[in-house]
Amino acid sequence: MKINFFYFFLLLSFNSFAQELLTGKITFLSEKNQIIPLEGVNVYWKNSSVGTVSDKKGNYSIPYFKNSKILFFETLGFKKDSVFIDGTESYDHRMIEELDELDEVIISKRKNTIQKSYFKTQNIVNVSSEELLKAACCNVSESFETNPSIDVSYSNAITGVKQVRMLGLESPYLLITEENIPMVRGASQVYGLSFIPGPWVESMQITKGTGSVVNGFESISGQINIELKKPVNEAPIFINVFRSGMGRNEFNFHVNKKISSKINTIFLVHADNNSSIHDDNYDGFLDHPTFKGFNLFNRYQLTDLENGIVSFLGFRYMKNDKEAGEDAANLKLKRMAWISQINTDRFDSNFKLGYVNPNIPYQSIGFQMAYSSHNQNSFFGVRNYDIKQNSFYSSFLYNSIIGNTLNKFKAGLAFSYDDFEEFVDSNQINYNRIDKSIGSFFEYSYDNLEDLSLVAGIRYDIHNTLGSFFTPRLNLRYQPFDKSVFRFSIGSGRKASNIFSENQEIFSTGRTINLVNRNGNFYGLNPEKALNYGLSFRQGFNLNNQDGDITIDYYVTDFDNQIVVDWENQGELSFYNLDGKSYAKSFQIEVDYSISNNINFKSAFKNYNVKKQYNSGFKQNPLTPKNRFFMNIDFFSPKNDKGQQWKFDFTYNRVGKQRLPIHADQSLYMGWSPSYTLLNTQLTRVFSEKFEIYLGGENIGNYTQNNPILDSDNPFGTNFDSTLIFAPIIAPMLYIGVRLKL
Amino acid sequence: MKYLFVFLFFTTSFIFSFQKDDPKTVNSTIKVSGVCEMCKSRIEKGTIKLKGVKYANWEIISNNLSLIYNSKKIKLDSIKKKIASLGHDTDKFKAPIDVYERLPECCHYKTLSIH
Repeated sequence: MKINFFYFFLLLSFNSFAQELLTGKITFLSEKNQIIPLEGVNVYWKNSSVGTVSDKKGNYSIPYFKNSKILFFETLGFKKDSVFIDGTESYDHRMIEELDELDEVIISKRKNTIQKSYFKTQNIVNVSSEELLKAACCNVSESFETNPSIDVSYSNAITGVKQVRMLGLESPYLLITEENIPMVRGASQVYGLSFIPGPWVESMQITKGTGSVVNGFESISGQINIELKKPVNEAPIFINVFRSGMGRNEFNFHVNKKISSKINTIFLVHADNNSSIHDDNYDGFLDHPTFKGFNLFNRYQLTDLENGIVSFLGFRYMKNDKEAGEDAANLKLKRMAWISQINTDRFDSNFKLGYVNPNIPYQSIGFQMAYSSHNQNSFFGVRNYDIKQNSFYSSFLYNSIIGNTLNKFKAGLAFSYDDFEEFVDSNQINYNRIDKSIGSFFEYSYDNLEDLSLVAGIRYDIHNTLGSFFTPRLNLRYQPFDKSVFRFSIGSGRKASNIFSENQEIFSTGRTINLVNRNGNFYGLNPEKALNYGLSFRQGFNLNNQDGDITIDYYVTDFDNQIVVDWENQGELSFYNLDGKSYAKSFQIEVDYSISNNINFKSAFKNYNVKKQYNSGFKQNPLTPKNRFFMNIDFFSPKNDKGQQWKFDFTYNRVGKQRLPIHADQSLYMGWSPSYTLLNTQLTRVFSEKFEIYLGGENIGNYTQNNPILDSDNPFGTNFDSTLIFAPIIAPMLYIGVRLKL
Repeated sequence: MKYLFVFLFFTTSFIFSFQKDDPKTVNSTIKVSGVCEMCKSRIEKGTIKLKGVKYANWEIISNNLSLIYNSKKIKLDSIKKKIASLGHDTDKFKAPIDVYERLPECCHYKTLSIH
């Protein structure tokens, strides 16, 4: 029996994706310029036996074949076309009538770069590498600007690091995995995403609400999984150079090599630096840090289809040094300059092994192991923050069926070990902690191949400080009509909060830190626990022969316990256990529509109601916009026969007013920030399949926050604060970049 | 004690899987006539919902249907019979002509050729 490559990825991705179909319509342009459906076109994947024929209306559907990506369209009297397809669900093809003098043409297809499925049980949005290119700069934390499921906010005016949020909650409540290994957590919570270079990413899967139990109990509002480039799928050499008007330089170099018929390797090299100094708002503080860093990654892939084995081994190292604060050289005052340095280095290695029984394709085993050592040494003025985390994670997964393939299950074991060592604040208080947990999980999924599917999972974990507990989760999908789908999910999650690492911006203030309730296991505090549930409805439509859809989501996260980070009193910051209610309710309505074959339109309105009980009362979360409006339009010209093309992308974001904690220097806002507009754009010129240049601008509407650093004249005083940031600090930034594939 | 619980939780889920070594489980590949994705969906859905069939995958180009089934619960002939009744010819059983006529346009394998 032939082994379907698809199963490997099903296994390695540890996700319950149903078999995906690529569908579309084949047409041709008649002499009278009418679009006519074409019947009987052979559609098949390169190097495979997977094929189909278009029907009377020109429609076809073909199972997605990850191994190939090149789809052929062939019929008599028309030119044979081959099209590059990468993870799309629909692709319409226009055949061109054969004219004797022309040779075979290669038409490359522009796919929908953000895909939402009708068939998956969970509410998962797939983001392709092409979508990531729209936010050309530079790392994963900066790549969500064109994606309405994720919001980006600024945590402080010193480091300028961008924080992601989902369903109104900050990133620590998300489980961020890299190829299904928990990754951005603990010590790497704040900077972790910024340490993953954008060009390394193959795709991302964003799960809204409760996800699977397979990857752990830590996800509360959702999961982001990042798939990195794999040796087998990439071009032999890739070079990318980027330069921004703010002096930022980025360099990427990938080289891919075949070692033997079964083993491939890829080297990913990234370097960045910014040594230019900007203080455009004349507050004496640099508008962005200067930095230099590099990331290296070497991974090996073994593919042995006859024996049903796929394996990955990777080694990775990164180092990043940032410096921010006052410009010491130009400081006119006769006092010590307020300077901050954040130096990080990290080593990672991981091993993955997947086995599919060649005779019984529904049975598979996956094993993964990861080790990391993360080390951050930093100071902010006179405040210090050092953290060291050594982690080991391992999981074993078994996939099979109950009775038949309509009823599948996954069962597995997971082990994790984290060793934290922290030195905190000006008096260097030492916190050491070891977290150990072992857990087992079972997940059942049912699919009647028509209108109903469900995934029900439960896991039981024994954790040395969180205790022993069950985590149940349920996802349901009901599709009453072809283009209407309802999804419901409910599940719990919990986590040990690393209060200092997750809230590092507190050190860029003069606030005194108070730790209240001192009898819990984590800095005297209790673990966080929440229940998340939500309903989503998606309706597809066809208008003027173009497809579109409307998605309406409503999700609620209810906290049993939460660590309240209380900014309410000027000059003070308190951490305490929740005493009362805390919830995050999120409503989103999104419309996606292809205006024409070359123009896609996306728009979303989001409303967040995030409230919790503070010591001073039941209040809206500070610095969380209640309303957001998002719009993105992207245009791409058809490729000509040399493969040349224009691509244009424009994003509009309207950010609603946000509650501001009280601070005398921000009293003019009366407790609420003004709403504002953010505009980003990008233009790409593809010169050939191998070479392209892109040009772009961020915040081209030039909205910046006045006076982002409060009491900046007196940075060692208690009123100094760089964290009450509701808008960008940096004026319009222009950039240019080049991509070269050899 | 609680570690024992984790262990039991995990191993019980394996119990289902030991069916695989069962001698009653048979792998088999048969020819089934069809043309397109719609045929594939109908053949696979019709087959997998039969009691005793564990796995069914039909390839468009080769027209091969790969089956894994429990020979105690179902005979290969009854699977073929069922597929024929859905409108798709097998080596042993042919589809009733009226059912075949009612198949969607793209599935008329007797008149349409495969790629």
